[in-house]
Amino acid sequence: METFINIGMTHFLILAGIIFTIGVFGIFLNRKNVIVILMSIELMLLAVNINFITFSAYLDDLVGQVFVMFILTVAAAEAAIGLAILVVFFRNKGSIAVEDLSEMKG
Amino acid sequence: MVIQALAFYLFAGILVVSALMVVTARNPVHSVLFLILGFFNAAGIFILLGAEFIAMILIIVYVGAVAVLFLFVVMMLDINFADLRKGGMQYIPLGVIIGGILLFELVTIYTYWQFSPEAAQNLALPITSFGDAQNSEALGLVLYTDYIFPFQMSGLILFVAMIGAIVLTHRTRPGIRKQKVSDQHARKASDVLEVKKISSGTGA
Repeated sequence: METFINIGMTHFLILAGIIFTIGVFGIFLNRKNVIVILMSIELMLLAVNINFITFSAYLDDLVGQVFVMFILTVAAAEAAIGLAILVVFFRNKGSIAVEDLSEMKG
Repeated sequence: MVIQALAFYLFAGILVVSALMVVTARNPVHSVLFLILGFFNAAGIFILLGAEFIAMILIIVYVGAVAVLFLFVVMMLDINFADLRKGGMQYIPLGVIIGGILLFELVTIYTYWQFSPEAAQNLALPITSFGDAQNSEALGLVLYTDYIFPFQMSGLILFVAMIGAIVLTHRTRPGIRKQKVSDQHARKASDVLEVKKISSGTGA
């Protein structure tokens, strides 16, 4: 009971682990839908951010929070470019299924 | 202490449930909306950890920009999402096995995690060194001084991403009557106007 009431670093880290696992599971579950795969990647990045903030808070070091901002930047750029590629792909092929993404297979 | 535990379990519970709904919802619009709910609760978790500024940034950037971008794309593309789900069920056992192994490993590592005694001496920016400055103020003090180069680089990354997205999705469609200002200005009366002398009685 004591471990459930006293919220410590472990609680936050395990929460991040669960979110990351859900993200990985989502990629397996939605193997065809690129949009949901991108959303799963966003979930995994969120788990990484939770990890960073947790270590920042419990190590008493601000650099973790500075880095979270850079991760957010890269995640936003990745989402924008990924969705732009998706839109162009849909315009050309009329589909967003992953198995249709084989143009460069030769 | 009990209040903190209650807040943590409230935020964490909704976050985990909405994350599960993101990956299992049949309608991708619902997935995006659950993603937004999850991000709000993650912001609550960040506030519990004392990172208010990151929590606000998460809401502004993720809910305000990224999730809305997803929503736009989901609604813009005319896709039969039911077809995309067919055959996905056969990968559930594999996903559960790999996810279970991953979760087991992560939980094992995190349960027994301990900082080394030297870690406390090697902090780059101890939060206590900022005195009674708030979280946002402390971040601002280091972001524009010690981390100005990575900060500018992240701005450049966003700039390149913006240009890339525009270049990728921009297209010139044929058959569209657009105003061409330069052509209009370059047009001279002598090019298009012609005065014809018609002798009387010969005109139609």
